[in-house]
Amino acid sequence: MVTASAGDGARPAAAGRAPSGTASSGAASGGPQAADQTDAPLLRLRNIGKSFGPVQALVGVDLDIPAGQVTALVGDNGAGKSTLIKTISGIWERTPGEMLWNGTAVHLHTPKDATDLGIATVYQDLALCDNLDIVQNMLLGHEMRRHGLLDEVNMELTAKRTLADLRVVSVRSIRQPVGSLSGGQRQSVAVAKAVMLDARLVIMDEPTAALGVTQTELVLELIARLKSRGHAVIVISHNLTEVFQVADRLAVLYLGRLVAAGPASDFDTQSAVEVMTTGKSTRVGNGTAGEPAPSRGRDSGTEG
Amino acid sequence: MAGAPELIADSVGDYARIWLQRLRNGESGALPVLLGLIAVVVFFQVRNSLFLSAGNLVNLMVLSAPFILFGMAEIFVLLLGEIDLSVGYNAAIGAVVTFWAAYTLPWWVAIIIGLAACALIGAVQGAIITLLGLPSFVVTLAGLLALEGLLIILVGHTGHGAGGSIQNPSNILDDFTSGNLSPAAGWIVMVVLVALTGLFMILRDNRRRSGGLVAPPLGVTLLKVAVMAIAGVIVVFVSNKNRGSLLVTLHGVPWVVLIVLGVLVLYTVLTGRTRFGRYVYAIGGNAEAARRAGVNLKRIRTVAFTLCGMTGGIAGILLGSQLNSVGTNFNGGQYVLFAVAAAVIGGTNLFGGRGRMLHAVLGGLVVAVIDNGLALIGLNAADTDIVTAIVLLAAVTIDTVARRSRATS
Repeated sequence: MVTASAGDGARPAAAGRAPSGTASSGAASGGPQAADQTDAPLLRLRNIGKSFGPVQALVGVDLDIPAGQVTALVGDNGAGKSTLIKTISGIWERTPGEMLWNGTAVHLHTPKDATDLGIATVYQDLALCDNLDIVQNMLLGHEMRRHGLLDEVNMELTAKRTLADLRVVSVRSIRQPVGSLSGGQRQSVAVAKAVMLDARLVIMDEPTAALGVTQTELVLELIARLKSRGHAVIVISHNLTEVFQVADRLAVLYLGRLVAAGPASDFDTQSAVEVMTTGKSTRVGNGTAGEPAPSRGRDSGTEG
Repeated sequence: MAGAPELIADSVGDYARIWLQRLRNGESGALPVLLGLIAVVVFFQVRNSLFLSAGNLVNLMVLSAPFILFGMAEIFVLLLGEIDLSVGYNAAIGAVVTFWAAYTLPWWVAIIIGLAACALIGAVQGAIITLLGLPSFVVTLAGLLALEGLLIILVGHTGHGAGGSIQNPSNILDDFTSGNLSPAAGWIVMVVLVALTGLFMILRDNRRRSGGLVAPPLGVTLLKVAVMAIAGVIVVFVSNKNRGSLLVTLHGVPWVVLIVLGVLVLYTVLTGRTRFGRYVYAIGGNAEAARRAGVNLKRIRTVAFTLCGMTGGIAGILLGSQLNSVGTNFNGGQYVLFAVAAAVIGGTNLFGGRGRMLHAVLGGLVVAVIDNGLALIGLNAADTDIVTAIVLLAAVTIDTVARRSRATS
């Protein structure tokens, strides 16, 4: 087993981590993983399955999500990406399979169980209340109280701090109703909300789908900053250009099965599309999860 | 609720500028209601100069109290995007139970029992709605019908309900709407209340500033205190004028004004400064987002319906106090419509997420003014209903058009 080298937030290929399968705990530099020097990745999924009646949305998914890295979950429509993240975030209870969080088996019954662990999801529809302002949205469900009443001052300060940490500056006033913000700003608020709750794993479902160029850059920068702070990030995206811009690892789903997983450097756009649409690739080794992709020069010298 | 100009402005001038801009953008807030209220008042005063007499104004205060409370009750569920059609009859049952208990128990015990009955009815409906996932419209409609029947049965069973109604046995309950503070007490209470409110606002602003946050400019806060003071002075001054005769002096602020103020303050704190209130607004804005954030939708919704019922109970007791009896001829359905009208005229959104308790005060006043004014100029009940309906339509239209223009700008 390879353990992470200290103070390392760089791309896995260069840092010499094992590709796919047995990737180990991420950056130890001041992020949420600082205290965990275990061998296990932050989240390990084993044989995860989920059916809706006769329809099997997920079958036998084995995936490791390391901290301090961005794992991109890609796949065609209906491949099971949304189902997988809903299972991770407690919305669906998985049928067979187990989830290991920092090496310990966990069982999530509700979204709250997931949030309590430190899993935060930023949804495509953003799950924000338009009639509430930024502070109220960011602290929804986790309000601070003083003498039994809401402590507006401390909540506002906390929200301000988090937004500043993430360098979200485009918002004029933190007391603006969220309904009046642009798409990119709403996305930033949703991400900030996740981060503020000491999320260790941030899941983002199509974060840039409805955004223009500048706002997309905003979000991609945000993702990079999350990574450098030591969070584990899962990003679902259809946009492979963006995926290759931010992702450290790629996981490809095809008809409910995980057909390829590995460092992003193991893939390129063409091979990724091929695996997404056919379930196998003629370019990247054997394309099944749990087995290391063949050494490709930069990865030489590492083995799971 | 959010995006208040006072938190973005740096000075009084800035505040005025931002407020005007929001006006132009369609976020007129309470302005149309206030303007409408003034227009209606002017209209009636012109038609009958008795309208603005001291006696009639105090009459208005008492008359509007039940409408205001019904409006506040309905706002709890309107904010969720739901509705309670049974609140009228629920109130009547509360009044009957209160009077019934008051024959043998102290008045305050009777009130507790009456309000508890209303709260229970609200809770039962809330539970059915949340646990079975049924539309609130249907469940509370069934409630309306059931409670109408229950009212008849109860009145008959109290033993004091011969003739289809039960009399108020308690002088104190009667005093709620017919008793007054002494003139001196009126002034003292008003000064103390305004001073306390002003102090609280200034302290709160200071706490924000010391935390490094933006606070409303001092000028704006003082302006608000001044407006409150002026309103208070007017109310006390008008109430203290002798509205009786040469032989019988009748003056002072009616107790009911304090009751309504007390409930207003309590509920404003409840909706604006507690977690419960925050979650009500959240559910009304985006129930799914609230659920994902960990809010217990079932519990919040049930509590909201319970509070709606209980507040209706307060309205019912005040109505009973006014009429000194509650009977089977109580038109519970009409009160519901007035309740929703008061809330909506005041500015609350029917689809949830937007509204404040203060809206019920404004809306309740408008409904009462129309009711009272039309009676003064000799219009009968039927015409009054039609006019109220027109006003309700106008209020909702203004709000919807303004909102639409804001959405497209």
